[in-house]
Amino acid sequence: MGWFNLGHMTLKSLFSKPATAMYPVIVPTYFEKTKGHIEVGIEECTLCSLCQRRCPSQAITVDKETQSWAIDPFRCVQCGYCVSGCPKDCLFMINSYWPPATTKTVAVFTKAGVAPQEG
Amino acid sequence: MAKVTSIPFGPQHPVLPEPVHLNLILEDEVVVGATPQIGFVHRGLEKLVEKRDYQQFMYVAERICGICSFGHSLGYAQTVEGLLEVEVPQRAQYLRVIWHELSRVHSHLLWLGLLADGFGFEALFMHCWRLREAVLDIFEKTTGGRVIFSACTVGGVLHDIEDSELKGIVETLRGLGDEYQEISRSFLNDRSVNNRLVGIGVLSRQEAYDLSAVGPFARASGVAYDIRSLGYGAYAELSAFAPITSDQGDSYARCKVRVEEVHQSIDIIAELAAKIPAGEIAVPVKGRPVKGAETFSRLEQPRGEAFYYVKSNGTKNLARFRVRTPTSINIPGMITALVGCQLADVPMIVLTIDPCISCTER
Repeated sequence: MGWFNLGHMTLKSLFSKPATAMYPVIVPTYFEKTKGHIEVGIEECTLCSLCQRRCPSQAITVDKETQSWAIDPFRCVQCGYCVSGCPKDCLFMINSYWPPATTKTVAVFTKAGVAPQEG
Repeated sequence: MAKVTSIPFGPQHPVLPEPVHLNLILEDEVVVGATPQIGFVHRGLEKLVEKRDYQQFMYVAERICGICSFGHSLGYAQTVEGLLEVEVPQRAQYLRVIWHELSRVHSHLLWLGLLADGFGFEALFMHCWRLREAVLDIFEKTTGGRVIFSACTVGGVLHDIEDSELKGIVETLRGLGDEYQEISRSFLNDRSVNNRLVGIGVLSRQEAYDLSAVGPFARASGVAYDIRSLGYGAYAELSAFAPITSDQGDSYARCKVRVEEVHQSIDIIAELAAKIPAGEIAVPVKGRPVKGAETFSRLEQPRGEAFYYVKSNGTKNLARFRVRTPTSINIPGMITALVGCQLADVPMIVLTIDPCISCTER
């Protein structure tokens, strides 16, 4: 029984750096395996739809007519099940997060060298 | 003549991380009865097993709860492996237990922080969560996720940890030791903390036994019931394991049991990291379970015993998945512990069962 058992730690905290980082001034460093977001190498993709069938949260839509691959980042749970099942190894788990957004958008990747569009 | 009143407690309350409602019956300031109500965060995840195949459902099962996430994926994997009669490689068994025990460390540190926040000791709360960050960093480094990390799969695990990295993990955990000792002293010896915990919300050994209490809540009342004693997975390889118990049965005892379980978990991780065998981390699993086959498994979550049941219908989807979580079985014990306490102590007693309502409702 006693008082101020946290004294040593409190004094130490007074003279040490903050435990938290001043985001966004200090950009966080991610680990190599950090599950940030999914991207597709669209030129290698055969639009086989296996990722769409595997996705447990139904975030991926593959459209053969428009030759596009789309992911709803607000549905994606970053489980990586699509990446592990891609027969062409053209799905990647990138170790940084999608930027914050004020509206819900779907990231669409279209074949023939078109850059990713917000749709 | 005491005045009888009924006071609603929750579902929104500063001490409650998740919504549960209690209808408290008071005689003046003393609680004489309480009626619990849940159902505010029900998501129907058990029903979803009919729409997702048994491999996909792994990722749904681990999202039953954020804090017990790895335990749920392990429980589901163990059960489905039983259904398919899959033999999991030894290294995978060890890695599963190491992550499971790390989850217990982070869950107990989270709970200790919430408890400190509950009785108004903000500095202690922040120090607990600061230490917990080191464990979350270990998760992120080894699996990519902080609390939900999709490391388990039917037939093994998806990520390996190098032996040198395992040594680093043990050193990190041992390095927390000094600071954790200081935090522990505050929880166990500080006069103001003791005033809020000692003798509050007592549940006797007989009551805990009769009401089937589980986890640290039961062990604090002297019931030495811990599923890890059965030796599932790599727990069988431990040189010794004895559940940590206490006899007082009050809020202080529940705090003490959890404080000591963190040390126990670190010792388990250190022992398994030293003994881990080399080899495969997963075996390929193909095929479908036999129609009508059913099985169950149990494991010790940070909050207590969790029970998993699955039944097959012969297709790639399971016919039934059922979880009985520790919080749902601890609610009757919590109501009993509330009877006779002061209204001001209700939040503290509710916190001491470490309620996880997302688990309870699924």
